Amino acid sequence: MENPLNQFAIHKLIPLELAGHDISFTNSSLFLLVTFLLIVFLFFVGTSRKAVVPGRLQGSAEMLYEFTANMVEDNAGHGSAKYVPFVMTIFLMVLFGNVLGLIPFGFTFTSHIIVTAALSLMIFVVVVLLALKNHGIGFFKMFFPPGAPVAMAPLLIPIEVLSFVFRPISLSVRLFANMMAGHVMLQLFAGFTIALGIAGILPLTFIVLLTGFEILVALLQAYVFALLTSIYLKDTLEAH
Amino acid sequence: MDAASAKLIGAGLAVIGMGVVGIGLGLIFNAWLHALGRNPSAAPVLRQMGFLGFALTEALALFAFVLAILILLNVL
Repeated sequence: MENPLNQFAIHKLIPLELAGHDISFTNSSLFLLVTFLLIVFLFFVGTSRKAVVPGRLQGSAEMLYEFTANMVEDNAGHGSAKYVPFVMTIFLMVLFGNVLGLIPFGFTFTSHIIVTAALSLMIFVVVVLLALKNHGIGFFKMFFPPGAPVAMAPLLIPIEVLSFVFRPISLSVRLFANMMAGHVMLQLFAGFTIALGIAGILPLTFIVLLTGFEILVALLQAYVFALLTSIYLKDTLEAH
Repeated sequence: MDAASAKLIGAGLAVIGMGVVGIGLGLIFNAWLHALGRNPSAAPVLRQMGFLGFALTEALALFAFVLAILILLNVL
C-alpha cells in the first residue's frame, strides 16, 4: 500500500530561485492563489451590483459577512467591530483552504503545519502587541485570575503563562492535525477498497460517509479557528 | 527488545489517549443533550459552546494521532 502521507508532498510547478533561496511556485502556492482568487471573485462580483434582493453570489457574500460579524461581536464583546476584517480574512482563508482540499486531486494547504503555524503565530503576535498597547503594563494582570488568594500566585502564574504560550501551538496543531488525519483516513480506506477486491464495497461505503464527515470537519475547523481568534482578541479589549 | 518493536509498542501506547478523549466527547454530548432537553430555547448558545468544546477535546485525540505517526515515521 502506498504511504498515506505521500498525498501531502509538495511539488515544484515553476522552479524559481531568489538570492540562493528556493521560492519555487509549488502546488501549495497554486492552491493558496486559487483560494485568494475565489475569495476576491466572491466578494468583488458578489457586492458589485448591491441589489436590495440579493442574488446567489451576493447572498453568500452577505451571509459569510454577517456570520463572521456576529461571531466576533458575541465572543470578543463591546468595541470589537474593528477586528471583523482581520478575523474574516483568517476565517475565509482557512475555510476555502479546507474545502478546496476535499475536491479530488486537490491539495490541502491547511494540512501543512507551516501554513497553520504561520497563521496562528501571526494571531498570537497581534494579540500580544495589541494587548500591550491597550493595557500597558496591566496586560500582565491577565496571568493572575482576579479573586484568587495571593498565596496561590507561585502556582497559578506559571500555569496561566504556560496556557497562554501554548495557544498558538494548540491553535495550529488542531487545524493541521484535523486536516491531515482526515485525509490519511480517506486514503487508508481507499487502499483497503483496492486491496479487498469485490469485498471492497464495504470500505467504499465507509468512504462515502467519511467524506460527509470530512466536509463537516472542514467547515467546523474553520469556524473554530475563527472563533478562538475572536476569543483571544477579547483579551486585547477587556481589562482582567 | 529491539528498537523497531519498541517503536511500534510506543506508537500503540501513544494512541491510548484517543480512547480517553472518546470518554470526554461522550460527556460533552451527554451534557449537551441534557441541556437541550431541559431548555430547547437555549439551542443557539449551546450549539456554539458545544462545538467549541467538541473541537477543543477532539484536538487532544489528534495530538495523540500525530505523535503516533511521528513515532512510526522515525521523526522523533
